[in-house]
Amino acid sequence: MAQTILVLTLMLIGAFLMALAGLGILRMPDTFLRMSATAKAGTLGAGLILLGAAVYFNEFAIYTRAAAIIVFLLITAPVAAHMIGRAAYFDGVPLWKGTIQDDLHGHYRRSTHTLESGEVPAQDQVEALSESDDFPEEE
Amino acid sequence: MSLFLLNLLLAIAWGALTGKFEPLNLLFGFLLAFAILWVGFRGRSQENYFTRVPRVVELALYFAVDIFKANLRLAGIILSPRMNLRPAVVAVPLEVRTEAGLILLMNLITLTPGTLSLDVSSDRRVLFVHTVYLEDPQQFISSVKEGYERRVMRIVEP
Repeated sequence: MAQTILVLTLMLIGAFLMALAGLGILRMPDTFLRMSATAKAGTLGAGLILLGAAVYFNEFAIYTRAAAIIVFLLITAPVAAHMIGRAAYFDGVPLWKGTIQDDLHGHYRRSTHTLESGEVPAQDQVEALSESDDFPEEE
Repeated sequence: MSLFLLNLLLAIAWGALTGKFEPLNLLFGFLLAFAILWVGFRGRSQENYFTRVPRVVELALYFAVDIFKANLRLAGIILSPRMNLRPAVVAVPLEVRTEAGLILLMNLITLTPGTLSLDVSSDRRVLFVHTVYLEDPQQFISSVKEGYERRVMRIVEP
């Protein structure tokens, strides 16, 4: 009985977090915010569902497998998010107009693809594309 | 590192001797072996393995609590009808120098809901973090530095 309740709780919270990640993709206004909503809500949700499955079977072999999958998720997901975020910024994907601070502006050197800690000369900076690029204007 | 392997080996030996390779029994074996190694090796090895293990546990607990809190906050933002966003990219000056420390720090920041580590400058002095809700840049920087960077540094580069 206690086991069933634990399994149900873990799975429900996991599924809820994943639903939240999906909703986040729909509602968030730019690439970076969307990744904020998905990269980890997804990981934690998947981790909780895996844990729920392991508790349900309650076997050592399943626990080790679930633990291995969770560890690999935790290692790989942030690397992917980092690469996507970097590529998006470098390609000029605009930040949402409500963004209050952008310290990254003017730090990428376009000719060498390096990120400098100081300001880069203006002609070598990465420029953000205009907001009305591909998408229809928001209402 | 070799002490850690020895610790694992002793835990497996404990499992073999008691004949039960169950998670709880192995954990108990690991703790027992840790205590035995502490009695035998404390002060004698150059590596400070015995202070590092409790710090790793402390970081894991702090991280778990932080993930829980940040998840609640992000859920509140996504579910509220008028999404209350104050997104920002903040430059955080770094003190971590080793690659292992940098990877650990960036992964921890990205895994915390609401923050995303975008990139590190090529000279490894500045980390650029994207956050969903920024109240005060100074306070945000110090929370990253005090919360994670200090703990990571104490583990990776003591």
